[in-house]
Amino acid sequence: MKIKQLSIFLQNRMGSLSKPLEVLTVADVNIRAMCMADTSEFGILRLVVDDPIKGKEALEENNFLVKITEIIGVEMNDTPGGLTTVLGIIKDNLIDLEYLYAFSHDKAGKAILLLHADNIDKLISVLQENNIPIVSAEEVYSL
Amino acid sequence: MFWNEEIETMPRQELEELQLKKLQATVKRAFDKIPYYNKKYTEAEVFPEDIETLKDIEKLPFITKDDLRESYPFGLFAVDIKEIKELHSSSGTTGKPVVSGYTEKDLDTWAETIARGLTMMGIGEDDILQNTHGYGMFTGGFGVHYGSHKVGAAIIPISTGQTRRQIEIMQDFGTTGLIFTPSYGIHLGEVALEDGLDPKDFGIKAIGFGAEGWTEEIRHRVEEIFGTKAYNIYGLTELMGPGVGIECEAQAGLHIAEDIYYPEIIDPNTQRTLGENQPGELVLTNLEREGMPVIRFRTKDLTKITYEKCDCGRTHARMSRITGRSDDMIKVKGVAIFPSQIEKALLRVGDVEPHYMIIVTRPGTLDEIEVKVEASKDLFFDGVKEMMAIQNKIGKSIENETGIRVKVTLVEPKTLPRFEGKAKRVIDKRNLH
Repeated sequence: MKIKQLSIFLQNRMGSLSKPLEVLTVADVNIRAMCMADTSEFGILRLVVDDPIKGKEALEENNFLVKITEIIGVEMNDTPGGLTTVLGIIKDNLIDLEYLYAFSHDKAGKAILLLHADNIDKLISVLQENNIPIVSAEEVYSL
Repeated sequence: MFWNEEIETMPRQELEELQLKKLQATVKRAFDKIPYYNKKYTEAEVFPEDIETLKDIEKLPFITKDDLRESYPFGLFAVDIKEIKELHSSSGTTGKPVVSGYTEKDLDTWAETIARGLTMMGIGEDDILQNTHGYGMFTGGFGVHYGSHKVGAAIIPISTGQTRRQIEIMQDFGTTGLIFTPSYGIHLGEVALEDGLDPKDFGIKAIGFGAEGWTEEIRHRVEEIFGTKAYNIYGLTELMGPGVGIECEAQAGLHIAEDIYYPEIIDPNTQRTLGENQPGELVLTNLEREGMPVIRFRTKDLTKITYEKCDCGRTHARMSRITGRSDDMIKVKGVAIFPSQIEKALLRVGDVEPHYMIIVTRPGTLDEIEVKVEASKDLFFDGVKEMMAIQNKIGKSIENETGIRVKVTLVEPKTLPRFEGKAKRVIDKRNLH
């Protein structure tokens, strides 16, 4: 159920994003979703790819600093208020989200929200109790 | 103008006779009173009676900062603690600091060297001297203070910092002499200019500067800002403090107080003594010190010496300004830093020693130091908060170790240069040499 996300350390300078992406291209690893957390000096590139293990190995061979972080994906309605509903439930259960990002699903009218919290197991059980559909890792990898 | 004309203009032959007598007495005292020298000289099979000429000093083994550290705190004292009137310590160096002890007579000798220098600069009893060197364990503050008392100037012991107050006092008290590190001096001048004041109007007669590296361009900048001459002061805690060498009005090298310090220049690699005007590492010996005689101390400072008589009439040898170090010490904001300290600080944060690089710059007038650290598995987390915390932790650790606040930048793995053999950890972009 948990998705293996790649977190890559990058310096904040011109062109630093293109190198890891080239590495993944050569390794034939496809990116499903991405987001970037940045400061004035460094950034953390977060990627969901079709083959996280292969992606990590390829990046590490090219001297990148990569960590696998577990996140979860939930399916939500791709309509106004869809995101608010999910976040409301998380907040009401006092879960501190570290970060999130979203992309639209190929299922019509649906979007996928990717979430990370320190206590990811509690996050999962809260979402399940509230009938928020959690998408399987395989589903996200193979979108 | 001379403070001690007889000594300062003494014909060289007489001076050398005086040096030999003092050297023999110093070596004998050290051998008899300090177990460290006794052991070291006995092992080297060299004894006080072997010193028959000045050249014989070359038979004696060198003493290094490490030796001084091993003797921490009082191992090199030649007198009982009841004879010691003051204790100082070197700032921010690796491991244990170096302690310097002074008897009443030593404090007077120290003051004598500064008094000679202040007189060279034209500072005397009519003057008001503003001393921006820090007062404390650092020898810069008190050395100048005692010398100022000796020449009878009125000293303002203001220490470093509080720049606007410094400027106000300069104007209100009518300061005529200034003592500062060149970078602080330029900063002081520029703050005054920013406030719409012209430091040339302050009526400063002379400036003494030291405790950090400088170039002729820096001197010219200082002189231009304050509209007066700036004189270099050299010294080190291990030997006494500032006053080992001071420039006269000719500004053609620093006169070493040769009746008090015996200078040699060596090749830092072969450790062989070099001749006049040959650049090498300065080695110093206390000829006139009761509390803690230091014999053949390797300063690691690179310079050269001339024995030619100076235009000012003084016969004492002149050393050039320091052009570098024979080790990897860097001086930032007047504080000595070794890369090994940064290493130690980094090791305290992570378990493995990361690759790092120290970059020293002077964007305006003040030094800045940046430490680039390669991120590693140990130093990488999937959160900006955690990464910022790591950066802060490294910064704090370095500050604890060196006393200096640095900028820490995490860089990608394998992006810093690798070296075969001895790593070059410091990039000094200040252009001081």
